[in-house]
Amino acid sequence: MDISSAVFLLIGSFLCVSGGVGILRFPDFYTRMHAVGVTETLATTMILIGLMLQNPDGLVVLKLMIILLMTLFISPTASHALASAAVHNNLMPELDKKEDNEKETSSKP
Amino acid sequence: MLIAATIAILVVMIMAIVRGIVGPTLYDRILAVNMFGTKTVLLISLLGFVMGRPEFLDIAIVYALINFISVIGVLHYSDASIFKRSNQQNK
Amino acid sequence: MIMLSGIYGLLSASFFVAMDAVDVAFTEASVGAGISTLLMLVAITMTGRSENPTRHKPLLALAVVIVTGSLLIYGTLDMPYFGLAQDPVHLHVAPRYINDSMQEIGVPNIVTSVLASYRAFDTFGEVVVIFTAGMGVLALLSVVRHPKDTAEIDSINKSMHEEHLILRIVAKMLIPFILLFALYVQFHGDFGPGGGFQAGVIFAAAIILYTMLFGMSTARRVINQSFIQLFAAIGVLLYGSVGVISLLNGKNFLDYSVLSADPVAGQHLGILLIELGVGFTVTSVMVIIFFNFAGRRNDQQNKENNVS
Repeated sequence: MDISSAVFLLIGSFLCVSGGVGILRFPDFYTRMHAVGVTETLATTMILIGLMLQNPDGLVVLKLMIILLMTLFISPTASHALASAAVHNNLMPELDKKEDNEKETSSKP
Repeated sequence: MLIAATIAILVVMIMAIVRGIVGPTLYDRILAVNMFGTKTVLLISLLGFVMGRPEFLDIAIVYALINFISVIGVLHYSDASIFKRSNQQNK
Repeated sequence: MIMLSGIYGLLSASFFVAMDAVDVAFTEASVGAGISTLLMLVAITMTGRSENPTRHKPLLALAVVIVTGSLLIYGTLDMPYFGLAQDPVHLHVAPRYINDSMQEIGVPNIVTSVLASYRAFDTFGEVVVIFTAGMGVLALLSVVRHPKDTAEIDSINKSMHEEHLILRIVAKMLIPFILLFALYVQFHGDFGPGGGFQAGVIFAAAIILYTMLFGMSTARRVINQSFIQLFAAIGVLLYGSVGVISLLNGKNFLDYSVLSADPVAGQHLGILLIELGVGFTVTSVMVIIFFNFAGRRNDQQNKENNVS
């Protein structure tokens, strides 16, 4: 019990930290949002499962399950809302310049 | 192990604050606030377990909800004309 | 400007986190901070738009909101029962609360017993002030409903909100849960963190979410303006009448021992009723403030859309 809980907590905190590093180092808003949105949900899930395994008591597990379900619903929705609001307000992602060149060469003939 | 996870989450929260102060666009900052809120939920749960008082979980649920509603509120009201006007000026 | 409110949200969250190690009661303050961030943002949105700088009303409303928010924060603070044993705070009143609270009141959560029973008169004052803040906002900013424009507003809202489809579906599933959770927090205040103030804020948050995603006119139809005002008044009346009943039974104002045969059961009943009153008033005042701010902003935006 203790070991599996520790494993989940370790994976969860590693995902969390990688999401944090991502939000600092990625070049563009959309990439940052992708980093945060994905890692945040998964890290929350892992850490909450780790906490659940640590104390298999009735009410506490139920409350943790509620937090887990709510986060699974809320976090992707918030990411979607952010992305659609950004697109709606014309915040454009940075496109790679190589792709533009490839499009030009492929559209010539 | 719990304490290590708590320290990791505190580090991530500091990262989120840095991005919240630096981030060039408005949406970077909203993203940072959202992330900070989610990590706060995790932090409350972990601290509750560390200190042996699992009543904190109610507060975790409440804060998750408040975080969500605040993010949607900020998005909804920043679609307002202030931002559109400055957007048009930037164009 | 909007960045300020984002950072304020961060600051309030970190304030709560810093206090986390201290006591559960401090953490409840963050709920008030989160909601007041939202309200301040709406108010800032309104003030930022005004073209003539001599607008005093939004600033006054902003002050009202800040007062309400800080009142909410104040209302959930409690004396910390840790720390140096020689502090005068801990010598006179606190030991009695900690030692005798269980026997006299029979409620495990000392925070609630202090707020609701030992210090019930102060809490009554807080409720009255919250109610006054709501009435102040109403007096300054009340939006007159034009029945003719409702259809136009409906069409505008429908076109604007189609893009919120995913949000709407998720919100439809979440909102009943949030309301249920608000009820749980309200009645669980005896045993864990909670009570009337927090539950009122959560209930109002659910209604605000519904209003944001589904449009003001739909929300106005669901929750009538006069009904909400009635609700606010009912909350304060409930609180006051509990006290008056105690007076009529020959004891002090807001002394719950006479509400039932057994003094401890009387305490329970009294605490339940006044927390209910507090919850009513807080919910309705937050909803009133939000409706007035958002309704005014909608009117401004509609005027701008019609002009442009």
